Amino acid sequence: MASALLEVDGLVKRFGGFTALNRVSLSVKPGERFGLIGPNGSGKTTLINCVSGSLAADGGRIRFEGHDITTLAPHRRTRLGIVRSFQIPKPFTSMTVLENLDIPLEYATHGRAHAASADEEAKEILRAIGLEPKAHLRPAGLTQIEMRKLELARAMAARPKLLISDEAMAGLSSTEVDDILAILFRLNEQGITIIMIEHIMRAVMEFSQRIAVLVAGRKIADGDPKAVVRDPEVVRAYLGE
Amino acid sequence: MKLGGGILIALGVIAAGVLVADLRVNPYLYFAGYVILQYVVIATAWNILGGYAGYVNFGTPAFFALGAYTAVFLIQWARAPLYVLIIAGGLVSALLGLGIGYLTLRLRGVFFSIATLALSIVLQTFVINWDYVGGSKGVTVIRPSAPLFGSHVKFLFAVMVCLAVLAVTAAWLIERSWVGRGLSALRDNEEAAECMGVPTLRLKLFATTISGFLLGVAGAPFPYYVTYVEPSSAFNLDYAINALAMPMIGGTTTWIGPVIGAVLLGTAQQVATVTISSELNLLIVGVVLVAFVVLAPEGLVGLARRLRGR
Repeated sequence: MASALLEVDGLVKRFGGFTALNRVSLSVKPGERFGLIGPNGSGKTTLINCVSGSLAADGGRIRFEGHDITTLAPHRRTRLGIVRSFQIPKPFTSMTVLENLDIPLEYATHGRAHAASADEEAKEILRAIGLEPKAHLRPAGLTQIEMRKLELARAMAARPKLLISDEAMAGLSSTEVDDILAILFRLNEQGITIIMIEHIMRAVMEFSQRIAVLVAGRKIADGDPKAVVRDPEVVRAYLGE
Repeated sequence: MKLGGGILIALGVIAAGVLVADLRVNPYLYFAGYVILQYVVIATAWNILGGYAGYVNFGTPAFFALGAYTAVFLIQWARAPLYVLIIAGGLVSALLGLGIGYLTLRLRGVFFSIATLALSIVLQTFVINWDYVGGSKGVTVIRPSAPLFGSHVKFLFAVMVCLAVLAVTAAWLIERSWVGRGLSALRDNEEAAECMGVPTLRLKLFATTISGFLLGVAGAPFPYYVTYVEPSSAFNLDYAINALAMPMIGGTTTWIGPVIGAVLLGTAQQVATVTISSELNLLIVGVVLVAFVVLAPEGLVGLARRLRGR
């Protein structure tokens, strides 16, 4: 598919003798809301690490907007527009919430000369995500949900074309999940393509236009969410025989 | 503080150093002052990598001695003038720094530190077996005649003032630039920094190279200062410990921290050497370091900030 934003083609990743990803292929269209599910240890985060560049693939190709990015360094992929959030939030602990956003604004978005306008933009992102009152706190002073919001806000500051949200809602309460979902919907409306990795089925089903299922490093289903969760193979993977 | 103000202060310090070097006071003061200033350079250089980027280098003696032995080599080979020794010593150590920068690709945290410690031992073994620079028994260096200020110690003191200003200025500039912000991002979380667009490898290579350069620069005048260089003094473990302790005591997040630490600890060591015993130096460092790690883990700068914030 030539019009795909992200194209993963036959991706292989091994850790020693263990094959974490076994020729996984998928493609995500511009503007799509794409859900990626699978049991623990099925390779979801490994796939994300390969797409964002934290891990080098052992085989296969990754293309973004038609360019081969398989061997590109992670920071270069960020500048192209692939931005991820981390499952376990990884804030810059010595900086305030606002300064956390300045890093991607300075390094990924603006180049290094526009410190003043970057500050304005950082505040705007915090306002939109509801973190503005905490702008001058250190991450250590944030609650769980605020930490997740900071993860998303920082990703936003890198101006993604493709946002990969790695379990941004794990461990949150139902209303907090709605809160994050609303943010992701809003971002998608602004034209950002989103890949959501999530265990909370309610959230994935509500959010995704299409879902792919990974089991033991293989993709076993890909398609309409309602059809996918009824797929016998998917049911077997989750519930057993 | 703006750039212009910083440059004015730097020039002022150099001018003051030259004036002080021209005074007629007890020559021992210059002798001791040199050591303290040398530690300002070392602590500042160490802190660019250890404090800003969070990579703890135990191999300070390797870089310092490489600067010193590059100088010895050039003195033996061509009787090169001091400024050539300083530049060459810095460049050779910068190359070593670039080398350990690539180590950070594979080694992080304590493993990086262990590797740098090993590096120091490997280099020392190499020098011990290299007769041209004196081997294990060392080499006597003859100072060139007729220095400025009429005395070598005064001259070297003035040179070290300039080098200290150079090192601190470099740290000050890095801290205030995008490089400094990128380094603190990667210190906090390297993976997140890279994913936020920070070219972590390039910044680490920059930090290790600059740090190495300044450590080499600190070591280059050493042969003329002691006039007798041998491996166990040039590769002394004291450098590794002081380089780490001084920034820790002053505060690692800002340029002034290592300066404060070096002046306080360096002075205390010099006083102890004269009044009690030179063997006491490491004991002082040890006790003070333990006290700071427990009571003020962010150093004096952090302590001052905490008290002011209250």
